[in-house]
Amino acid sequence: MNAIESRSLRKVYPAPAIKKRRGAPAPPTPPSAGIVAIDSLDLAVADGEFFGVLGPNGAGKTTLIGILTTRVRITSGEAVVAGANVATEPAAVRRRIGVVPQRPNPDRSLSVIENLVFDATYFGIARAEAARRGMELLEKLGIADKMNAKVDQLSGGQQQRLMIARALTHDPRVIFLDEPTVGLDPQARLALWAILRELHGQGRTIVMSTHYMEEADQLCDRLAIIDQGKLLALDTPAALKAKAPGDTLVEVTFDGDASVAADAARSIEGVSNAEARGPLLRVFSNRGGEVIPALINAGEAHGRIVRDIHLSRPSLETLFISLTGRKLT
Amino acid sequence: MSADSLNPVAPSRVFVAILLRDLTVARRELPYFLVRTALQPILFVIVFGFLLPKMGMIPPGYSTTMLPGVVALSLTLSAIQSVALPMMQDFGFTKEIEDRLLSPVPTTFIAIEKVVAGLLQGIVAALFVLPVARLIMGPIPGLSFHNLPLLLVVTALGGAAFSAGGLYLGTGIAPQQIGLMFSVIVAPMIMFGCTYYPWAGLSHVPVMKWLVLINPLVYVSEGMRAALTPAVPHMPVPLILGALVILTALFMFLGLKAFDKRAMS
Repeated sequence: MNAIESRSLRKVYPAPAIKKRRGAPAPPTPPSAGIVAIDSLDLAVADGEFFGVLGPNGAGKTTLIGILTTRVRITSGEAVVAGANVATEPAAVRRRIGVVPQRPNPDRSLSVIENLVFDATYFGIARAEAARRGMELLEKLGIADKMNAKVDQLSGGQQQRLMIARALTHDPRVIFLDEPTVGLDPQARLALWAILRELHGQGRTIVMSTHYMEEADQLCDRLAIIDQGKLLALDTPAALKAKAPGDTLVEVTFDGDASVAADAARSIEGVSNAEARGPLLRVFSNRGGEVIPALINAGEAHGRIVRDIHLSRPSLETLFISLTGRKLT
Repeated sequence: MSADSLNPVAPSRVFVAILLRDLTVARRELPYFLVRTALQPILFVIVFGFLLPKMGMIPPGYSTTMLPGVVALSLTLSAIQSVALPMMQDFGFTKEIEDRLLSPVPTTFIAIEKVVAGLLQGIVAALFVLPVARLIMGPIPGLSFHNLPLLLVVTALGGAAFSAGGLYLGTGIAPQQIGLMFSVIVAPMIMFGCTYYPWAGLSHVPVMKWLVLINPLVYVSEGMRAALTPAVPHMPVPLILGALVILTALFMFLGLKAFDKRAMS
């Protein structure tokens, strides 16, 4: 059975109203029909899967998670989460999911333990049982000593753990995490990874958005790469890496427009593709760094001087660049 | 995996749990709450119900006219603030309400719960101000509690109307405009709300008499007058109750719509 299924999912936000000042000239472009955040997205996440949604800022990750967690209205298409339709049975969906937001939003009027106890009662759990679960979760997440603290007294990492604990009070089948490690120090990030692995080990379905390649690679069973609301690739991290083109990505930065060197670069032996973006020349090479001297010559033939050279081994990052022409971070 | 997450929860149970959360928080903040909502009415009572009558500048009987207005003011001010202020914060910056928006009930329940919590807080403020005002002003000629059913109905409808109004303001107005809301909406509403004078008294200024009818506070003040000091001239009771029912329905409709717009993008 699938934990999540979406068909032709589409979300269009209304275009922001442009305030016209008196006497100001009319805007150069006519107001658009809206901003397409998610475009004809078909997804199927299996029960118990650790599923990653990878994409740069603004790719539509947060909107996608918002739709699947019943907080963003669908424009067209359909999504079913944990057996319930997000548009027509949102309460049933909410009963079965736990959500860890991008920015911790604990209830600041309540203490740490109260955050968990009250949240559990919102799901119909009796107070005594709620208190027992709350304590158990705080211990599991290593913040039991803070149980009576105000949430403002917690560090960023501790608040993030509290958010995870709160998402778990009602024992959800599917857990959503929206970029959970943004803003955490490396140690807190590793600790969070361990927690996520354990939750996955318990058989829960986990959906996590991230723009960190390493995180996606380390944790996820399967990855969806999205950009500008569209699904670009969907597979296991290993299979995606195998799809990365032309082995090595060589990025050469010149002191001026790189497009003059792009044609010459394409004819160099070992170069599978070359593309110029301003002063940056991006080359996929199946001979690793061997193509570099020829690339430098290609630039110098047009009077360009090399400012920087960077090599990247085939990775999700290079795959992403080849798919979108953009970097993730 | 536990069967827990498959059992549906009765929406009423969720509603009560969320209401308990709001009441727990309100109880902790009770002293601040009372200062915030009751101080202004009490200051008016001290000046107009105690100092000026003592100086002989206001006839002693004025306290009878003023008391119902002060009770109405406490009820409505606290009801509107108890909903509008947290809504502005929650939707504006902290997003703290997110946990409740993710609870297994239709979003409308969360909004209705806020209105109920606001109504209850309004009643607490009114119950606090009434004896304090009586204490400051001394015996109030014509004050009677014989019309308890009317008092309860006016309190419930007045509190609900303003609590729903708070929902509308809190979700419909940008947090940066909160100061503006108080100076442009709340302050004129208090001054022209027939709190410190009876509506019948406006017969001397006929234009005002009809203009103030757009002010929802007028009906609460007049309703309190009809219930607490029936001897003072007041609007006909059916008119008061009819207006309060219509206002409650209108603000509820606008408030729920605005809430839904903020809760779901």
